[in-house]
Amino acid sequence: MIRPEEIKMSAEHVGKWGMVIDQDICTGCQACVAACAMENNISFVGEKDSGYGRSMHWIRIERFWEGEYPEVKMTPNQPMLCQQCNSATCEPVCPAFATVHSQAEQLNLQIYNRCVGTRYCGNNCPYQVRSFNWRDYERPEPLSNQLNPDVTVRRMGVMEKCTFCIQRIHKAQDKAKAEGREVVDGEFTTACAQACPASAITFGRVDDPESLVSQLAQRGHGLKHLEELGTLPNVTYFKGG
Amino acid sequence: MAGYNKKEEHAHAKAEVHNHGEEHFREKHLMLDPLPRGQMNDMVMESMYVTSWKFWVVFAILSVIVAYGLFFSWGKMIAEGLGIAGVNRPSYWGIFLVNTVFWIGISHAGTFISAILRVFKAEFRRPFTRAAELMTTFGLVQAGFSVFMHMGRVWLSYWLMPYANQRMLWPNLHSPLTWDLLAITTYLLSSTMYLFLPLIPDVAMARDRSTGWRKTFYKILALGFRGTEGEWAHLRNAMNIFAFAIIPVMFSVHTIVSWDFAAATRPGWNSSIFGPYFVVGALHSGMGAVIMVLAVVRGTMKNMKYFIRAEHFDGIGRLMLIISMAWAYFFFNDYMVQWYGGDKWTQQLLHFHEAGPMGWMWFAMLIFNVVVPWAILWNQKWRSTPWIVFVVGFLINIGMWFERYIIVPISLSINRMPFTWRLYEPGVEIPLGIGTLAFFILLYMAASRLIPLIPVWEVQEGQMAHELKKFGRETVVSVSELE
Repeated sequence: MIRPEEIKMSAEHVGKWGMVIDQDICTGCQACVAACAMENNISFVGEKDSGYGRSMHWIRIERFWEGEYPEVKMTPNQPMLCQQCNSATCEPVCPAFATVHSQAEQLNLQIYNRCVGTRYCGNNCPYQVRSFNWRDYERPEPLSNQLNPDVTVRRMGVMEKCTFCIQRIHKAQDKAKAEGREVVDGEFTTACAQACPASAITFGRVDDPESLVSQLAQRGHGLKHLEELGTLPNVTYFKGG
Repeated sequence: MAGYNKKEEHAHAKAEVHNHGEEHFREKHLMLDPLPRGQMNDMVMESMYVTSWKFWVVFAILSVIVAYGLFFSWGKMIAEGLGIAGVNRPSYWGIFLVNTVFWIGISHAGTFISAILRVFKAEFRRPFTRAAELMTTFGLVQAGFSVFMHMGRVWLSYWLMPYANQRMLWPNLHSPLTWDLLAITTYLLSSTMYLFLPLIPDVAMARDRSTGWRKTFYKILALGFRGTEGEWAHLRNAMNIFAFAIIPVMFSVHTIVSWDFAAATRPGWNSSIFGPYFVVGALHSGMGAVIMVLAVVRGTMKNMKYFIRAEHFDGIGRLMLIISMAWAYFFFNDYMVQWYGGDKWTQQLLHFHEAGPMGWMWFAMLIFNVVVPWAILWNQKWRSTPWIVFVVGFLINIGMWFERYIIVPISLSINRMPFTWRLYEPGVEIPLGIGTLAFFILLYMAASRLIPLIPVWEVQEGQMAHELKKFGRETVVSVSELE
């Protein structure tokens, strides 16, 4: 017999890596978008495709207005990226197991070379943060020289998404292991968090109550997007606090 | 070869006529209007042989459309990527999936007519079971084309086959797409076998009446069928098993297709009634397509006016009316519960369906699927007229295509992230879709030259079993049991 509270507390539902985003100090400068694209070898799709909903950014800044013209008010900028759900809706629908949950890191990952491009995961993601390689996009000189060697370059026909910079996670873990110690909180961070001039993004271990990200998340008025769907996201947002 | 003409029929009928009522029955019902078996066989053979120049003109035009629309466009899309199609975020699925669902829907009519009507012994089915079954097989071929086009890396589609890779990793059985693949493959295989079994006696008949390459072709297809009692007994057993077994397969296929949508966490999709709603929708478009095909076959092929009569259009017309009512019931139920649920995203979506930029499609769907059939098919005279039911069937198919279009790309345009809302504009999907339609017609035309479109033995069997009996003053049609 499994009791409901046991289900809630199991390791899979707590998660390992998480993020806190403070929308009140986000300036909407898009530095995270640029840093993510450089770190993760994201293709630039051009103006036309981008305008048609084919931009491939793994993180985007959403902006909304409230009220009727001319009395409009801008709501805080909302950086939106993969929420690394503990119970992700994109995972069970992939027929090829290309969208999988990493048992070691408790992350939601995309196996590019196993993806056949049914795009069901993209449909089923309530946050709409998956991007599909609609074509082979060109990287004209000198862009071709800035590719990150730690990250796979994707070709057309596969889905891709935010990985919480898993290459950085692995690098930090390897370094710590070589030095015979644990990874220290704040030792490394994701490209978006690193690039944020306002420090609106904080990344770290959510299963460690001492980490900065856990401390911030416990401030109380954070919210998780579309929590009512039961996806158990690992990104907490702060707004108006 | 002996052709069929009206005069001969009248002479034939008059010779045995006893009273006026009986003659009326004969003219009306194929089952009561028997011709000598040899003559009927020759009529069917003739319908395969006689090919006018118009046939070849249409055939050539369709071949060009298939070559450009299907093969060239698809090749281009494989080379350049799905970017030349209209799919985007959030409409990851576009017309490809609309067409897949549409063609699977078309394929339902064949099984419905030949299996369910066979099981229930609906006698009017006899002359057109094969015409409907061919639609099943050829429709599924187009559904397969559409779903493969949809894939981002179609050259790796075999990875979805239930077979482990070198790391012993099997396809994900949690995914509705895996269920889909299994269901559609099962349906394609079983419906092809079910098409083939009742064909055996007819190709054996054709084998005995042909020469040259046709003789060789029919010889192979007939599997040495000679028509002995034992062979008939085996054949009847096999057909019986298939007729019963294929009915749950048919229901499962479209239910599983509907789960692709119903199992997703999208507003408007996550509906528990999608299974039966999709099955009824499939029958709705399928029956419309059958009646269109029958009208064309009757109008263009030789000797078909004897086999396909007003009574058949009347019978299918009644079924269409009932199915249209059932569809309206399921549509209303689905809409009502979604609306009553009051979820804000679903509310937005329903409003977008009716009042959004594609709202005209929503109203057209209701007019074509409900208003048109209800206004026309209640009248026996109208539903017995081939061109009228052809138009009704055509409009129903447009309406059902619209229904799938509303469910797939239009519903995908609205989601829980308003920042990504965007309309879908089809690109290369249009030539590809027209290509599948042309390929379907092309396959059908080719088949009409190669295999008997009318199951002659079934018609003859029915004619032997039917008789007119007199009870007092009334003449009544009766069926004696064959087995």
